Amino acid sequence: MKKTLKIVVLAKQVPDTRNVGKDAMKADGTVNRAALPAIFNPEDLNALEQALVLKDMFPGSRIDLLTMGPGRAAEIIREGMFRGADGGVLLTDRKFAGSDTLATSYALSRAVAKLNPDIIIAGRQAIDGDTAQVGPQVAEKLNLPQVTYAEEIVGFEGEELIIRRRLEHGVETVACSLPLVVTVNGSAPDCRPRNAKLVMKYKHAITPSECQQDEVSCYADLRTNRPYLNITEWNVSDVDADDQQLGLSGSPTKVKKIENVVFAAKEAKRLTGSDRDIESLIQELIASHTLG
Amino acid sequence: MANFFLDNKDLQYHMNHPLMKKIVELKEKGFADKDKYDYAPVDFEDAQDSYRRVMEIIGEICGDIVAPNAEGVDHEGPKVVDNHVVYAPGTAQNIEVMAKAGLFGLTLPRKYGGLNFPLVYFVMANEMVARADAGFENIWGLQDCAETLNEFASEEQKEKYLTRVCQGETCAMDLTEPDAGSDLQAVMLKAHWDEARGTWLLNGVKRFITNGDGHISLVLARSEEGTTDARGLSMFVYDRNNMAVKVRRIENKLGIKGSPTCELVFTDAPAELVGDRKMGLIKYVMSLMNAARLGIGAQSTGLSEAAYREALKYAKERQQFGKPIIEFPAIKELLSNMKAKLLGSRALLYETTRFVEIYKDYTHLSHDRKLEPAERAEMKAYTRLADAFTPMLKLMASEYCNDLAYDAIQVFGGSGYMKDYPVERLYRDARITNIYEGTSQLQVVAAIRHVTTGTYLNQIKEYEAQEYEQSHLKDRLVVLRETYEKCVAKVTATENNEFVDFHARRMVEMAAHIVISYLLMRQAGEVEDYRASAELYVKYAEMQVAAAARYIEQSTPADLELISDVENEA
Repeated sequence: MKKTLKIVVLAKQVPDTRNVGKDAMKADGTVNRAALPAIFNPEDLNALEQALVLKDMFPGSRIDLLTMGPGRAAEIIREGMFRGADGGVLLTDRKFAGSDTLATSYALSRAVAKLNPDIIIAGRQAIDGDTAQVGPQVAEKLNLPQVTYAEEIVGFEGEELIIRRRLEHGVETVACSLPLVVTVNGSAPDCRPRNAKLVMKYKHAITPSECQQDEVSCYADLRTNRPYLNITEWNVSDVDADDQQLGLSGSPTKVKKIENVVFAAKEAKRLTGSDRDIESLIQELIASHTLG
Repeated sequence: MANFFLDNKDLQYHMNHPLMKKIVELKEKGFADKDKYDYAPVDFEDAQDSYRRVMEIIGEICGDIVAPNAEGVDHEGPKVVDNHVVYAPGTAQNIEVMAKAGLFGLTLPRKYGGLNFPLVYFVMANEMVARADAGFENIWGLQDCAETLNEFASEEQKEKYLTRVCQGETCAMDLTEPDAGSDLQAVMLKAHWDEARGTWLLNGVKRFITNGDGHISLVLARSEEGTTDARGLSMFVYDRNNMAVKVRRIENKLGIKGSPTCELVFTDAPAELVGDRKMGLIKYVMSLMNAARLGIGAQSTGLSEAAYREALKYAKERQQFGKPIIEFPAIKELLSNMKAKLLGSRALLYETTRFVEIYKDYTHLSHDRKLEPAERAEMKAYTRLADAFTPMLKLMASEYCNDLAYDAIQVFGGSGYMKDYPVERLYRDARITNIYEGTSQLQVVAAIRHVTTGTYLNQIKEYEAQEYEQSHLKDRLVVLRETYEKCVAKVTATENNEFVDFHARRMVEMAAHIVISYLLMRQAGEVEDYRASAELYVKYAEMQVAAAARYIEQSTPADLELISDVENEA
């Protein structure tokens, strides 16, 4: 079967919560983004790899990254291009600020609708919020089928995409027609490395706003001759979105309280599998109100 | 999440040498590729930015993939299955990732799919790979065989083979035979022209061939029947797709176990002649060998880096008598000398690389157009420097990496002797560096004429003529240079070649200590970070030069009898 696919990968720039130092939280309990390096959300990289595998299978396919965030999130799109994506869209507007997963999904779904892809692939969840809601919500808003917990996109059987899912008690292989949304687990293969030639080819790719900030030439001539060096930037009106469903007004999530939990170091306890040990652990947990 | 480029300030420092502008402009030939290739740089700054980004990729792959794989590779090693090599799984993964990242053909021209990077960056990359896994550096680093093809092969051959190297195929250079090691004139593997098949056919055995089952092999063979010396040898390229070479066995080595060292049997193996007949050893192997020696300089420096880092980390963590052992002066001094030698190795590595690079770039340029008289003079001067510095580098860097690996185990104490820590592997891996691609003794043979003809002295005087912030150190180096001159004068005045050979290593090392001191002093003038290491190295140089000078002062040609007589004593 000869085909080319239009693939959109949803990706997010996140603070690297895996290497949390003592400055990671501010006194008010919010994340101190300045202290944590901004990285490509790890499971979104697994998602990108699945897209790249599809592109390897069907040469001529196009992969675009879609990310929502402040201007600096364009880095995510470049990072994707360095690994084999063809381009991307940065969805950026002050009106998006403060969006919870529902408002985010709405905004993304508007952009996806405009891109009109065959396949939308996203990481299962982002390491800053850990909600795993955005992928599925985008699918719902677009009324598309969704395959979650994917570990491998195997290929096509007829017109249906075959996907292997990693579930709690085993592996499930499903078939699904296009268009669809796939969310990918961290247990899927790692993303391929940045490629030297692609890095050199795409390193000057920037968004219009970055170009305005850039006081040096920003290689304007180069960018005129090479259209792929211009990263698309969309705002609310570009994706025809309803202001009310965006930002704080579009976000029903209310954070009641944030607690800064400090783990008091305790000695480790070694238990055997014996009934007596388990019984005594249960008693202890009930006594400490952890259970019951 | 380690990055062997970003975590190494000293490595990054060497990107910014003033000669880099000249080097990059020569390599990029006025940035002529910028309109032809979407990944070619448009100017010097753009090029340096690209190099830096690619070094970061390599640093990340080395830190996150190659280094974590090294222990498994060391334990499992490659195997022979059905007469062919199967790499250890870690090695196979390393190759795959390097290929996916587009890191084969680093220095090759873009028209074959290469990155056209200056040699300096290939050397840097080799250093990082060796720090991660010295054995893997051999396999990946052998892509420099393609440089010899690029220099001497026909356009058709380049088209065929270089393109494949750029896609991730590996290389080998098949020189050594059971009876032809250091003495390659004795190579016997036979090449004969088969009229019926219209090809050269190779028959015979090669031994100790690193990555001998690589896709593309350069083979030194005897094409002139009845000859017994270098003039009967030619260079051939063999393509593994012909499946006419069997791997009889893989050597069971002390170290660099991930790198398959093969015994090969050629049976009517079709091969293509590279360049001119009879020039195999005289011209092409010399080119291969010089590149390989630079490669060992990089490998050694990478190993030294690994050994120093392991030792430093352990010395800070390990507590004895209530404090970290680094707080004991004996350990601290050990570590500080390790660092001075490491930085010294690296300084000499990049100085040498720049010399080699400029002369190579002029050579390539001379194929495109006639060089201007000034360019020709410069090419000649750099060729001479490259010739003089390459064996000096190979000698010093490989001996230092052995010192560092030895000292690293010492810092670890009993734990370092165990397989639980990587230093024992580094120690085993280091041991080959002063043996292969010419032993230290042979490096001295290559270097000594630059002692007697004054190449080293002239270059030292060049360094001396420059301004240094550390003038107190410079005064001391002037004294060392005078000592060196006196020693050389005394030894050469005897006009006794055997006596010159007897003191050759002492004299070459004296020159090396002075050269390295100047290089570190220059760095210290630019970056405060090098002040202590420069000063420490000068102290070390003084000690070494004094010892050698004392020996030479007291020595007469009668010593030659001593070294013979001792054998017959009780």
